[in-house]
Amino acid sequence: MNSAEKLQLQILACKSRMGAIIGTFNAKSGHPGGSLSAADIYTYLYYKEMNVDPTNPKWADRDRFVLSKGHCCPSLYATLALKGYFDWDELTKLRHVGAMLQGHPDMKGTPGIDMSSGSLGQGVSAACGMALAGKMDNKSYRVYTLLGDGECEEGQVWEAAMFAAHKNLDNICFIVDCNGLQIDGTVEEIGGIEPLDEKFKAFGFNVIKVNGHDFDQLESAFENAKSTEGKPSVIIASTVKGKDVSFMENQVGWHGTAPNQEQYEIAMGELEAKLKELEALV
Amino acid sequence: MAQVINKATRESFGLALCELAKTHDDIVVLDADLAAATKTGIFKKEFPERFINCGIAEGNMIGVAAGLAAAGKKPFAASFAMFATGRAFEQIRNSVAYPKLNVKIAGSHAGISTGEDGATHQCIEDIAIMRAIPGMVVLNPADHYEMVEAVKAAYEYNGPVYIRLGRLAIDSFNDPDNYKFELGKGITLHEGNDITVIATGLVVNESLKAVKALEAKGINARLINIHTIKPIDREIIIKAAKETGRIVTVEEHNVIGGLGDAVCDVVSSECPVKVTKIGVNDEFGYSGPAKQLLEIFGLCQSNIEKVVEDIVKNEK
Repeated sequence: MNSAEKLQLQILACKSRMGAIIGTFNAKSGHPGGSLSAADIYTYLYYKEMNVDPTNPKWADRDRFVLSKGHCCPSLYATLALKGYFDWDELTKLRHVGAMLQGHPDMKGTPGIDMSSGSLGQGVSAACGMALAGKMDNKSYRVYTLLGDGECEEGQVWEAAMFAAHKNLDNICFIVDCNGLQIDGTVEEIGGIEPLDEKFKAFGFNVIKVNGHDFDQLESAFENAKSTEGKPSVIIASTVKGKDVSFMENQVGWHGTAPNQEQYEIAMGELEAKLKELEALV
Repeated sequence: MAQVINKATRESFGLALCELAKTHDDIVVLDADLAAATKTGIFKKEFPERFINCGIAEGNMIGVAAGLAAAGKKPFAASFAMFATGRAFEQIRNSVAYPKLNVKIAGSHAGISTGEDGATHQCIEDIAIMRAIPGMVVLNPADHYEMVEAVKAAYEYNGPVYIRLGRLAIDSFNDPDNYKFELGKGITLHEGNDITVIATGLVVNESLKAVKALEAKGINARLINIHTIKPIDREIIIKAAKETGRIVTVEEHNVIGGLGDAVCDVVSSECPVKVTKIGVNDEFGYSGPAKQLLEIFGLCQSNIEKVVEDIVKNEK
């Protein structure tokens, strides 16, 4: 990836983070922490990796994305809006009565959302079903699913992992957004999921570990996943919960709390400054 | 008279799937290591490339079915009713019903007629659980011919459907030449104006025998077969309430949340009449031969006959 391309991705990720702050602020609820940790991954997927067409969201041969950690949808919605699936203004109505953008992803009402999700552990299974359908129909589309590190405490994640490897689903790529925090504390303290890489290896996965905020590393990870045959891949992405909003970074309290007016202004100020900095480099 | 077929509805289900799949390439079948018991094994043998054994992981199976449906397949996912609707309740609720995905869930070994396996495998709550999910269609076919048609109707319907299957072989009573399955429509199997018996699933045939025996005793009981518990046929129930003034429901399910409650919901708001529920009285089953258990729990001709007769004699 050349530096101009990388800069574009950084700009889009910054805007995605701004969308998450705008959305949760206007909703007076929602999950900013994990939205901010996943923003670079969404950006990479929708701008670099996935074969999709925002003008034809149900295109049968498209690559699919399932947000298994459904609560981190605010920045996904922002990325989808940036990509052209729907108007950016929808973000200001997030979680409002009658809004297109529900508190957790709703495939029936939101263009670009490939699967309804929100109950942890369930999205990965649906992603496996989509990947299996692709194999049965000899289609070349790929399926991506993002889950949280805390989500890996759910038994269904491992049922799905066993299934994906057993059925040789090399057209699926799990991405774990390892931001280290969950509602009640650190993942280490609450769930004890480590060693996550060894677990996925034991389940038959091609395991790739990256910094989830580094687009070069994400690029080589996704290339590695795509070129791996006969088994599914998992990208274990180290991330920072609350990334790029100073007072939210690595704070467990920002899992599911919306910024108030003052916090909103500080957060947007920081992201706008970062955006300006990036745009100056173009 | 049509040929009487003695088959468990699970077997009729397996056969019907197989037949339907011959002309419909989008049918895929999932099971959770119970193919031999749910009879999806019949399909597996004929269409191995469209059969997906998910192993003993029902939650994942339902999620995979949801994903397959989202990608254009028409999946039928089967397990025992206990595990399909119990273990995987939330996957059905959130991954199938909420997005209104085209997944058909088959729950076999429903009710106490599961028999010797005992209480852990005798699901008496599946109808209640599935009815409670918004938009879920709940089917409980009563014999071989009805199951075959129900499977076709479930396939044609665009959205989630739960189909209840029985383990015990039972005699058919429908005549395939004159039988028509309409989703959401009850079927009057016997006319009468003294009282109405409304039955579903495996106990419809016992109810039919009971009303025929009652006729010989001068009691004219109407019998309605409710194969679709949701959406329920309100019209046929209200008409029966108005014309006969008294209802007895019969189901191989807990009396809480099943057919009896569904009927009470209808009559209480439109035409309140007394309803007597024959079913499992909020208790767990236990091991034993299926037929013996059905008798002990009163889900047999003699008890249905007695309950109806007592009501008519005491109240009319």
